Amino acid sequence: MIAKPTIPAPLDRPGSQIGKPVSRVDGRLKVTGGAKYAAEFNTPGLAHGYIVSSAIARGRILAIDTAKALALPGVFQVFTHENRPSLPWFDRKWKDDDAPKGSPFRPLYDATIHHALQPIALVVAESFELARYAARLIHVTYEADDHRTDLRAAKADAFTPGKDKGGFQPPPKPRGDADTALAEAEVSVDLNFSQAVEHHNPMEMHASTVIYHNDGSLTVHDKTQGPINSQTYVCNVFNLATDAVRVISPFVGGAFGSGLRPQHQLFMAVLAATTLKRSVRVELTRPQMFSFGHRPETLQRVALGAKKDGTLTAVIHEAVQETSQTENYVEVVVNWSGQQYKCDNVRLDYKLARLDTHTPLDQRAPGAAIGVPALEIAMDELAAKLGMDPLELRLKNYTEVDPNTDKPFSSKELRACFQQGAERFGWHKRSHAPRSMREGRQLVGWGMATGVWDAMQGQAVASARLGIDGTLTVGSATADIGPGTYTAMTQIAADILGLPIEKVSFQLGDTNLPMAPLQGGSWTVSSVGSAVKAVCDRLRDRLAGLAAGLNDGPLKGLKADELTFADGFLIAKSDPSWRLSITEVMRANDLLVLEDEARSIPYYKSQMKHALGTHSAIFAEVRVDEDLGTVQVTRVVSAVAAGRIINPKTARSQILGAVVWGIGMALEEESMIDQRLGRFMNHDFGEYHIPVNADVHDIDVIFVEEHDDIVNPLGAKGVGEIGIVGVPAAIANAIYHATGKRLCDLPITLDKILGA
Amino acid sequence: MSQPTGPASQGHAHKQPAPPPEAMPEAMPEAMDVTLAINGSRKTLRVAPWTSLLDALRLHLDLTGTKKGCDHGQCGACTVLVDGRRINSCLTLAVMAEGRTVTTIEGLASGDALHPLQEAFVEQDAFQCGYCTPGQICSAVGLLEEGHAKSDDDIRELMSGNLCRCGAYPNIVAAIRQVMDAQPSAKDGGAP
Amino acid sequence: MRAFSYDRPDSVDAALRGVAGQPGTTTEAAVKFVAGGTNLLDLMKADVMRPERLVDISRLGLDRIEDTEGGGLRLGALARNADTAYDARVQARYPMLSKAILAGASAQLRNMATNGGNLLQRTRCYYFYDTGTPCNKREPGTGCGALTGVNRIHAILGASDSCIAVHPSDMCVALAALDAVVRVSGPTGERTIPFADFHRLPGDTPHIDSSLAADELITAIDLPAQGFADHSTYLKVRDRASYAFALVSVAAALKIDGQTIRSARLALGGVAHKPWRDPAVEAELAGKPASLETFREAARVLLRDARGQSHNAFKIALAERAIVRALAEAAGVEHS
Repeated sequence: MIAKPTIPAPLDRPGSQIGKPVSRVDGRLKVTGGAKYAAEFNTPGLAHGYIVSSAIARGRILAIDTAKALALPGVFQVFTHENRPSLPWFDRKWKDDDAPKGSPFRPLYDATIHHALQPIALVVAESFELARYAARLIHVTYEADDHRTDLRAAKADAFTPGKDKGGFQPPPKPRGDADTALAEAEVSVDLNFSQAVEHHNPMEMHASTVIYHNDGSLTVHDKTQGPINSQTYVCNVFNLATDAVRVISPFVGGAFGSGLRPQHQLFMAVLAATTLKRSVRVELTRPQMFSFGHRPETLQRVALGAKKDGTLTAVIHEAVQETSQTENYVEVVVNWSGQQYKCDNVRLDYKLARLDTHTPLDQRAPGAAIGVPALEIAMDELAAKLGMDPLELRLKNYTEVDPNTDKPFSSKELRACFQQGAERFGWHKRSHAPRSMREGRQLVGWGMATGVWDAMQGQAVASARLGIDGTLTVGSATADIGPGTYTAMTQIAADILGLPIEKVSFQLGDTNLPMAPLQGGSWTVSSVGSAVKAVCDRLRDRLAGLAAGLNDGPLKGLKADELTFADGFLIAKSDPSWRLSITEVMRANDLLVLEDEARSIPYYKSQMKHALGTHSAIFAEVRVDEDLGTVQVTRVVSAVAAGRIINPKTARSQILGAVVWGIGMALEEESMIDQRLGRFMNHDFGEYHIPVNADVHDIDVIFVEEHDDIVNPLGAKGVGEIGIVGVPAAIANAIYHATGKRLCDLPITLDKILGA
Repeated sequence: MSQPTGPASQGHAHKQPAPPPEAMPEAMPEAMDVTLAINGSRKTLRVAPWTSLLDALRLHLDLTGTKKGCDHGQCGACTVLVDGRRINSCLTLAVMAEGRTVTTIEGLASGDALHPLQEAFVEQDAFQCGYCTPGQICSAVGLLEEGHAKSDDDIRELMSGNLCRCGAYPNIVAAIRQVMDAQPSAKDGGAP
Repeated sequence: MRAFSYDRPDSVDAALRGVAGQPGTTTEAAVKFVAGGTNLLDLMKADVMRPERLVDISRLGLDRIEDTEGGGLRLGALARNADTAYDARVQARYPMLSKAILAGASAQLRNMATNGGNLLQRTRCYYFYDTGTPCNKREPGTGCGALTGVNRIHAILGASDSCIAVHPSDMCVALAALDAVVRVSGPTGERTIPFADFHRLPGDTPHIDSSLAADELITAIDLPAQGFADHSTYLKVRDRASYAFALVSVAAALKIDGQTIRSARLALGGVAHKPWRDPAVEAELAGKPASLETFREAARVLLRDARGQSHNAFKIALAERAIVRALAEAAGVEHS
């Protein structure tokens, strides 16, 4: 059931909805099975596609024998590079909003194999089972070339990328002389790190259902973090008019970045639907979820120099990351190390090396989730060498300005995170020597780390429609992949117009709605929320104007800022007994509906003068069974500064979930590649381990107060990524504290603990 | 340079030169009638033996509340109750369920009144994207019925067959705990 | 999944008629029994197994758990794993077995999987499952992908150059330690197979998992009277806290008189193509004091011939430690 918050007395707390722990407005649909995801829109005559993937990692297809498959009654077609329709040649036609520099992957384009599991054919049949059966009967002959999938081998050929992707900033130029400072430092550490490939693996497998209409137009139900991105891609690749393609994705079963780019099942489904002129669904299998983008394997070095009192004198952070042969996937890995702490000598270096894999893809806190833990593990090692409390070391080098840019932070309540997190965790009770805490046979370790993420805002447009009955519908073509966008936007709109939650509905996931950017990077509240605020502000002003214009009304001549909106009423601040309901105002003006649309534009001018970011402090407790190497994360406290929290209930859930991701990254998740075959081998949920319920224990989330009127009109920075960023480091540091073993290769599986 | 050839199966083509002997490539399965009691009503459907109970629910009966998260018994998203016991519907053939009573997420609420676990999941925010949620809830119904869970650690262990990529586990445990605590008369162990 | 036909006979005889005349072992059979379906259907979807016909035996009864005359317990082949694990007699008399079953899979899968089916589980080797890679077990003669590939989860004992896969079951490790007996019906009537002879090592025919003939049906598993209820345990070490296959598991059972071991049983999972037992090591334990020193020596000897691959050598040390831990736990000896 939707929780019904009580509406406070109008004049006491006008901003009543923002900041309330409202239960999800879409909760009922989700717990009853009523929420429909991409593969759940059924239609009569729907055909089913099944993808055939490559066995080799590099080379070309010499022949595909599809005869046996086509001979099965009920198989409509087998699409391959040999019979595909004409497709665009220019790369720009294949680009999407999250594409890096290079040539995007083109399914079924030609005989070339770029990576293992590459989709090479699509069987379309009258049933899913038949399509799957027919796929087994397809016989492929390849010519294999030598492949390279080993990042350590490819490292020698690494190159420095440019500004090759939206949102990417190359590392700042060196300041001071970090290498000399390191050599001369009183105390120094120098560590090498590796981070395994991780696949997003949302619970919902990627799927697209394309409904073919008689006029040739398409309704596409796609698993995407941006319906407009899918629409643009389909229109460009298949040369269709925008109004002939409508993408509708009201629910998305998780994505974590996997839906930022149109994945090949969308291409396949549209290809089949437009060619066969019928509705088609293509759903990937779980193994095929390992056939596209992933968090890239990364090798890093972090070296720190310090004075004996803990003052940092040198920071060196180098990273080499994999990308594909065809695109320059880049993410901000090392820049954070120049931003987190005050230090005069900093050298940051970021390189790419090409592998014969699919292009990597943004995954929850891309870059930061890899680079920040490396820095934070190195800081822990430095603290150990200095004999200093790791928390003290962070405070010692705390900075109020971003040293990379010399700009002040628009807000940075990291100190409060440290203080409140440490207090909640009981950090002062820590005995700092490694191996000094145990319970029974188990070693106990306490570790901490800092997290950071950017606070970003993009442009977005929202529309609103207010009915005379006081119901408000607001919409924007964003997505809700799980953070609670439906709920947060509903709260913002209800708040501004003083309406009860149940009078407000928010629509998303539909290209017929006004433009919204991709949902990612924690910027949806900032971008779309600001648009919702803008359009509701306009309605509010218009209502105020209409009320003021009623000559015989009680609010005659009053300006908008002299009114309060609450419980469906416009109320004079000067005398709350002077009030009119929204219905009365509209009826008096002969209006049945009031509609508007507004675009939110970031405060570029003030934002450019500041560094914008979210921060966190994470404290973790582990128990290590040293005989067997097993680790249990028994307690985590995550204290987060992310500006205003629109909904503490759903925001807390996001942090909880991100901590679980951090546990997975620290201890479990690893896509293991067979270098000889160039192929990920543990490509299922049985062998690619994500945390299960039994892996997760007490997680405590604190949102510290943080005011910010620069990031956006709401002062809300977003919490999708910040929750994961420091967690792997806090856990690795806790393992060090428990065992005295400094482990820098993630995930820290039990063999690494046994072997250290 | 090598020239591996072979049938491309499971999306992965083959290194073995000769394709395995096919019985009859054009062999097609024969459809059968299956009668199930689903969410309180009798349904007869005609399916081929190779149709899983999961696909029968989602595609033949349009009961899409039951989710496909892996199709291999490795995630629990497809959990339903068959004759009152929680199972993975992806690893059961529809024909094997002949005559059984099947309860899916769509059958838990009575009219507008949600099942207490559904209420608790909303209240505790025990999900984000919602995709694993029907499986989690059906699994939790089975767990309560089985009566083996006493502590939060028991709940964690006995709910570990339901992956949640959003990481809502603490809230899932809280939701189940809430319902357990409200049912002091819950069974105290014994065989299910 | 290939096309197949389906039949649901209503008697054991009818079921046996369905597989009559099939040559070879059950692993290779074209007509297969299905009951829980938790592994077979999974493998059929992955196109690893391609039966032409499924004979559904799930309604044949054979699901009782009954006392035997010799003081043991007979587990019906079609009793579900969960019902077996939670059976009060199993819990009281064979706690190691109950613990092993509950350490496997998930609550849902244990509700579906049958005892007979558990014995016939096939390996979880990545290469076996991925038809785009070589695998001698799946397709004899194609080579072993794991040998030169990703082999973190693979065998350290009893492997061959043809196959380094491991048996995935937890239940079978406890059954091996208990000296269970598999009861089988076939065209010539009933026979029994000692548990140690049921599964096999890969040798150069890794495509065959067990000694069960293609025309035979498992009807029950007999547990001898000796259940080691006082001194036994099942320890499973894996990559996450639940719902993962064992990297190493140990079923340890002791009969102790005062401080002296009278008899010992030790079976390992996750390390070989079958639950691994070493009768010589068990015999050596008899008469020794139940001490960490004794257990360490036993573990060392048991693993003397263990051989690691490129990624799994850690399992040797892990298995040693797990054996010591399990024996200590079974004996009630403080493990420091």
